Amino acid sequence: MTFAHDDTAAHTAVPAMPGPSLAGVEDYIALLKPRVMSLVVFSALVGMVAAPSGLHPVLAAIALLCIAVGAGASGALNMWWDADIDAVMTRTANRPVPAGRMTPGEACAFGVVLSVGSVLMLGLASNWLAAGLLAFTIFFYVVIYTMWLKRWTPQNIVIGGLAGAMPPMVGWAAVSGEVSLHSALLVAIIFMWTPPHFWALALIKSDDYARAGVPMLPCVAGPDETRRQILLYALALAPLGVAPALVGLGGWLYLALSSVLGLGFVLRAVAVYRRREGEAARKAAGGLFGFSLIYLFALLAVVLVEKLAGLPPLPSLLPGWM
Amino acid sequence: MADKPEPGVVLTEEQKRQRGRRNVALAVTLGVLVVLFWVMTIVHLGGNVLNRPM
Repeated sequence: MTFAHDDTAAHTAVPAMPGPSLAGVEDYIALLKPRVMSLVVFSALVGMVAAPSGLHPVLAAIALLCIAVGAGASGALNMWWDADIDAVMTRTANRPVPAGRMTPGEACAFGVVLSVGSVLMLGLASNWLAAGLLAFTIFFYVVIYTMWLKRWTPQNIVIGGLAGAMPPMVGWAAVSGEVSLHSALLVAIIFMWTPPHFWALALIKSDDYARAGVPMLPCVAGPDETRRQILLYALALAPLGVAPALVGLGGWLYLALSSVLGLGFVLRAVAVYRRREGEAARKAAGGLFGFSLIYLFALLAVVLVEKLAGLPPLPSLLPGWM
Repeated sequence: MADKPEPGVVLTEEQKRQRGRRNVALAVTLGVLVVLFWVMTIVHLGGNVLNRPM
């Protein structure tokens, strides 16, 4: 089996669709990957609320809309480029382009227009630092991850995960006009969370990825090495998840919740590492995948709740100049 | 006698329906954009909107 991307074969699995478009409004909405977008919106909102406020609430709401549209644009461009892969994977075969309801050109044009529009509007609504960060995020997801890393290396989602991790920093910059250690820490947590989250799914769906020629870690290095990597990342993530409470971003509630959830994450990663055969292995991987979603949502939610409720953060252990 | 002109692309009822829905969605999006730009302008101007020579 080869995982090299054959450009001549690219997009050949996508059925040609002669004649006028059959795409409905719901197909354009599907291109935006609404479920992914919801996590982006939520993490960007947390960045906005946690940042030192300096933006009118109405402009902040428009900025959040721009970040959401930028994330959706990335999804549309991803579906345009990956239509050949999507066509052979059961999870994605019914997406608008591989299903033949929309031409790749329509998806591409939609994504480009939304990308440019969201970046420009974010610049006008908030500031050009945030707009630049949003443009970088879209570029990184579409060009670095989708076009380059995804078909080339099993480290695809490790490096590409940066794009999914950026929204809190974009939100933070939109409100405050700066990037800070706190926003970088939120990015680092999502960045470190991404590999075990996706590899847990890849352990279950490895046949799908192998059929599509995507070099996910279980297909290339095998399930055992994937389980080892998941455990290593979980061991790194758990203390990193607690760190906001040590640098003046989280309070007692955050410290308690992140500690308990971090321990739960590691225990589930250990279960994935130990259960390697049959239904038990599948159940352990599925359990970690589900828990990882709860973990990230809860960590971000508690930052949000503490800020909105006015709960003070714990004293920072960092030196004053940081 | 000249040949009858070809009818060109003839849309099916489903294609006509989808095109209509896309047009409505595009119109709504454009309307929302107009409102957003208007709101952004007003918020950016703030109280300065009244601070001009009359």
